[in-house]
Amino acid sequence: MAIKIYSFIFVMWILMLVGGGLVVIFVGPFTLTPDIDPIITSGVKVLIALFLIFIWLFTLTKVKNWIFKSQVKS
Amino acid sequence: MEEKIIAAIIVSAIAFVSIYAFTPVLIKFLQKRNLTVKDVNKPGNVMIPRPGGISILLGIVVSEITLYFFFPISEILAIIITSVLGFSVGIIDDKKTMGGWFKPLALAFCAAPILLLGAYDSNLDFPLFGSVKIPSLYLALVVFMIPIMGNTINSIDVLNGIASGVTTIAGFALAISLFILQNYEIGIACLCLAFASLAFYKYHKFPSRIFPGDSGALMLGATYGVIAIVGQVEVIAAVAILPAVINSFLFLSSVKKIVEHRKIKNPVKHTDDFKLKSTDENHAPITLVRLLIAKKPLSEKQICNEVLKLTVFSGVLAVITAFMMGVKI
Repeated sequence: MAIKIYSFIFVMWILMLVGGGLVVIFVGPFTLTPDIDPIITSGVKVLIALFLIFIWLFTLTKVKNWIFKSQVKS
Repeated sequence: MEEKIIAAIIVSAIAFVSIYAFTPVLIKFLQKRNLTVKDVNKPGNVMIPRPGGISILLGIVVSEITLYFFFPISEILAIIITSVLGFSVGIIDDKKTMGGWFKPLALAFCAAPILLLGAYDSNLDFPLFGSVKIPSLYLALVVFMIPIMGNTINSIDVLNGIASGVTTIAGFALAISLFILQNYEIGIACLCLAFASLAFYKYHKFPSRIFPGDSGALMLGATYGVIAIVGQVEVIAAVAILPAVINSFLFLSSVKKIVEHRKIKNPVKHTDDFKLKSTDENHAPITLVRLLIAKKPLSEKQICNEVLKLTVFSGVLAVITAFMMGVKI
């Protein structure tokens, strides 16, 4: 069991590194055309960040369900 | 550098010795006034004094104030005030159990000193990829960080020694990371937290002689969160505490709402020899402890050791992350 939880932590760590990379590469430098209000640009950045968080949580939920179900079955 | 080493030794000793010496006095004081709660994972009617947060408050505040005399910077002031506010929220909850939303909301206000003192930098640093400047988003991160860390430590405080043990290991990992990143003042401030938790762990470990209560757990979490912000090591701090984050994530993803943990179905039950085993209740939340005992029942001490081993693993990942901060691809 413990191995699976260690793997879960490792997967979380990798997802954090990858997510950080996506934020730095895509979200940080993201700008709409210059005549658009910066607040709208910030709003779009928030939406992208929330979308990334959703994918992160969705992936972790799948991993969690797999670990728990495989454990209960064994 | 010599001054920093002397400061580190003095404040670490103050944090450790003050809690180590004061906690037995606090235990007797609480027992005399019948301020005890039942340890539900022990056979019989074992009553444990609570809240030990008073002792943690003493150790952290005295050592951080001493550190402030060495380095009078706003970041250390922010750590002191936020820690005291975190304790205050917890002691209210210790006296009277509040609703599920009370702690996150009240802890969000604890972030005010960080914002008012300007003790933050709106750059969010990531390993390998560099940093990103997100001024508006970062303000939200500051406000969310303290409630998240506070509740993360509080929700893992379910068995003897876990909250203080996890904070000790994560605190040392974060302090090492801060030293690697040459942020010495905040690294020393983090040593205060790590040594304070270590001294409290002596009395909190299995079999517990005192419980930290919400005041202790929330203060440990709030202090950890504010150090992560003022030290600009938010990602590393999250990595170091991953087992506790997983516990909160598992809980929230199965309960699907913010609720006071005392009001939910217990995810574990006891065997005849008082080991812990997973409950058969379908609606009980999945937690880290339930995951650990899903296959076979374990004793409380075995579970605590497993959680601490997981924290050591995530602490190592945190230190690796700190080294990766200096590498750019």
